Amino acid sequence: MALFTVSGSPHVHGEENVQKIMLTVIYAMVPAMAVSVWFFGLDALRVMLISVASCMFFEWVIQKYLLKGSVTITDGSAAVAGILLAFNVPANLPAWMLIAGALVTIGVAKMSFGGLGKNPFNPALVGRVFMLISFPVQMTSWPVAKPLFAPAITDAITGPTALGLLKEGIDAGKTVEQVLADPQMPQYLDRLIGNMGGSLGEISALALILGGIYMVIRKVIDWQLPVSIIMTVFVIAGIFHLIDPSHYVNPDFHLFSGGLMLGAIFMATDMVSSPMNMSGKVIYGIGIGLLTIIIRLWGAYPEGISFAILIMNAFTPLINNAFKPKRFGLVVRK
Amino acid sequence: MSNLKTFIIGGVHPPEQKLSATAAIRPLPLSKQLIIPLGQNLGAPPRVIVKKGDEVKTGQLIAQADSFISANLHSPASGKIAKIDEAVDASGFRRPAIFIDVTGDEWVDDVDTSPEIVRGFSFSKSEIVSRIKAAGLVGLGGATFPTHVKMMVPDGKKATHLIINGVECEPYLTSDHRLMLERGEEMLVGIQLMMQALEVDKAIIGIENNKPDAISHLQLHCKSFQGISVQPLKVKYPQGGEKQLIKAAVNREVPSGKLPIEVGCVVSNVGTALAVYEAVQKRKPLIERVVTVTGKSLSNPSNFLVRIGTPVNELIAAAGGLPGDTGKIINGGPMMGKAVSSPDIPVVKGSSGILLIPEKESRRKKPITCIRCSKCTVACPMGLEPYLLAKLSKLGMFDRTEGGHIMDCIECGSCQYTCPSGLPLLDFLRLGKQKTAHLIRTRKS
Repeated sequence: MALFTVSGSPHVHGEENVQKIMLTVIYAMVPAMAVSVWFFGLDALRVMLISVASCMFFEWVIQKYLLKGSVTITDGSAAVAGILLAFNVPANLPAWMLIAGALVTIGVAKMSFGGLGKNPFNPALVGRVFMLISFPVQMTSWPVAKPLFAPAITDAITGPTALGLLKEGIDAGKTVEQVLADPQMPQYLDRLIGNMGGSLGEISALALILGGIYMVIRKVIDWQLPVSIIMTVFVIAGIFHLIDPSHYVNPDFHLFSGGLMLGAIFMATDMVSSPMNMSGKVIYGIGIGLLTIIIRLWGAYPEGISFAILIMNAFTPLINNAFKPKRFGLVVRK
Repeated sequence: MSNLKTFIIGGVHPPEQKLSATAAIRPLPLSKQLIIPLGQNLGAPPRVIVKKGDEVKTGQLIAQADSFISANLHSPASGKIAKIDEAVDASGFRRPAIFIDVTGDEWVDDVDTSPEIVRGFSFSKSEIVSRIKAAGLVGLGGATFPTHVKMMVPDGKKATHLIINGVECEPYLTSDHRLMLERGEEMLVGIQLMMQALEVDKAIIGIENNKPDAISHLQLHCKSFQGISVQPLKVKYPQGGEKQLIKAAVNREVPSGKLPIEVGCVVSNVGTALAVYEAVQKRKPLIERVVTVTGKSLSNPSNFLVRIGTPVNELIAAAGGLPGDTGKIINGGPMMGKAVSSPDIPVVKGSSGILLIPEKESRRKKPITCIRCSKCTVACPMGLEPYLLAKLSKLGMFDRTEGGHIMDCIECGSCQYTCPSGLPLLDFLRLGKQKTAHLIRTRKS
């Protein structure tokens, strides 16, 4: 007699799987990758390749020889972490530093907690902050953006970022107007498309938003999370700009410079380390936005979103406990 | 169809696969032997009142409901009681059943077997309920709750709406769809009878708009029935869930742990409405039902009118035979149906469909780690956190599952359907529900 499979319902399964989700994230990063290669040339490609290769290598080594378990590098999560790590560093970063960063990303931030799905902090950001603290000079020497095939405009090889210029200028007692008039300061359109100094992936707000829209359509991220971060930064920056426009730059400057878009769209939305429920996601987003603008306006660093996200990552379990989904038929007791 | 309604929280969209939607209902020839399990209704099984060797007629009472929540059983054909023994039913367990050797189809005298539609009636509320009770009616959507109990509104409560479930949100199944098309008018009389019994003046038939022919057919006939309307619904699983349907149709939320009557609603399936018509107007007991037999590899997906007790393998044979690649046989739909170990089980009152799943689709995916994507939370129509409840159940932390409202889980399977990691979420939720229910019971006693 033929034997039939017996199992609990449901007997059909959706098309979604982890590999597909990771691939969607990678596709969403393609515009930003293309922009980075356009402005930083083959250096950008080099950094991305080293980062992805070392992340996947470390995951393989740790899973196979340290944990002696099954190897799951084909699920794509190590590749995503690798690309995100590359997005967070300057294109001229020495290879060995990048490899050290990848070891921290995969070894410390991901595998030591149990691998995919278990890490409380965003691995790529842990790697980035490790490098920022360990190699502060190399991590903040940004190559000047030069579109492929365009002749060199200046002799400068490295230059500051827009946010760095701003911080430096304000701290030196200049007004916002004077800082913005600095010839090194990238113009509005350049900041939008990414023709400026900065980390690989953060320069083009436009490319990042494009990727974000794709991920929202594919239901990999919820739009409410990045929007709550961006809105919070915009509102707080706007309030201070209205109070003192000579000391606080207009809020859209904050939106389109530095790592805000990269952080809000690709880093904060990391499924593993962000809250599970919609109300929690919005609270988490507001928290990231607040911490980001506090660090940018009054902190020691010109840039704050990496720290903001890592700090809010730590609050994720608490947020999950406090903010529950809307229950069906639950009467609020008065 | 501009005023499509639906429920708000959660839901998924599995492929509809209504392969048998155009197959008209065909009566299946009588089987040689019928196996009638006693426990076909929710609640207590009825008491057997026949013995081995007795001659029975079609429609003759063979097991009597003694307790309040129970339902009578009638002989689905005429013949001789072969034995009263145990038989494997859809649950996979051996349960008591009556075996009947069929000799013919001779009906008991008081049943009106003519095909004429009897529209008018002048029954009192209690007459309707007692005829429903006598006929052994249960909810034909699958829950098999005795219908006469549902028709008696508890003291202190008032029903305002009768909601008729023509949603059929389970993929593959088409028995309700065909019934609405082919027996729509009788169904409407049945709805009127239920309205009379419940003393409500509004009935809403909820139908998903992937069945436009059923919507327009019933809308046309509704015109001659006072108070009955059709509400087209946006396709979304699990809209056929009682609480989801009430939310979609009248925008009321049944409170956690309560019954639909709490918000003035009584929900009944379209098949049950037809059975009510037959029970009251024709005095015909529930001895047959429509069963969809379907599957991607099946040569002839069909809808059969089948006598209760007919072995499932006869249905499969009539639909073209068991395909060689069959890996799983499901009693019901793919989302909530039960996988059965053998096609020898009999059709019971709650059988809405037989689904044959090919071998390559019958195995579960290898589960990997939860990536905390929150897709299960988004999909849950009850607003629960399946990933968390499953984890707590796995760890045996049943004191916390109760606070997570695990008892509200309707076991629709949306979480597991949507999980990209292929985790057996519903398996653990079921376990958690059992254990949590036990915890609540022991605390009360």
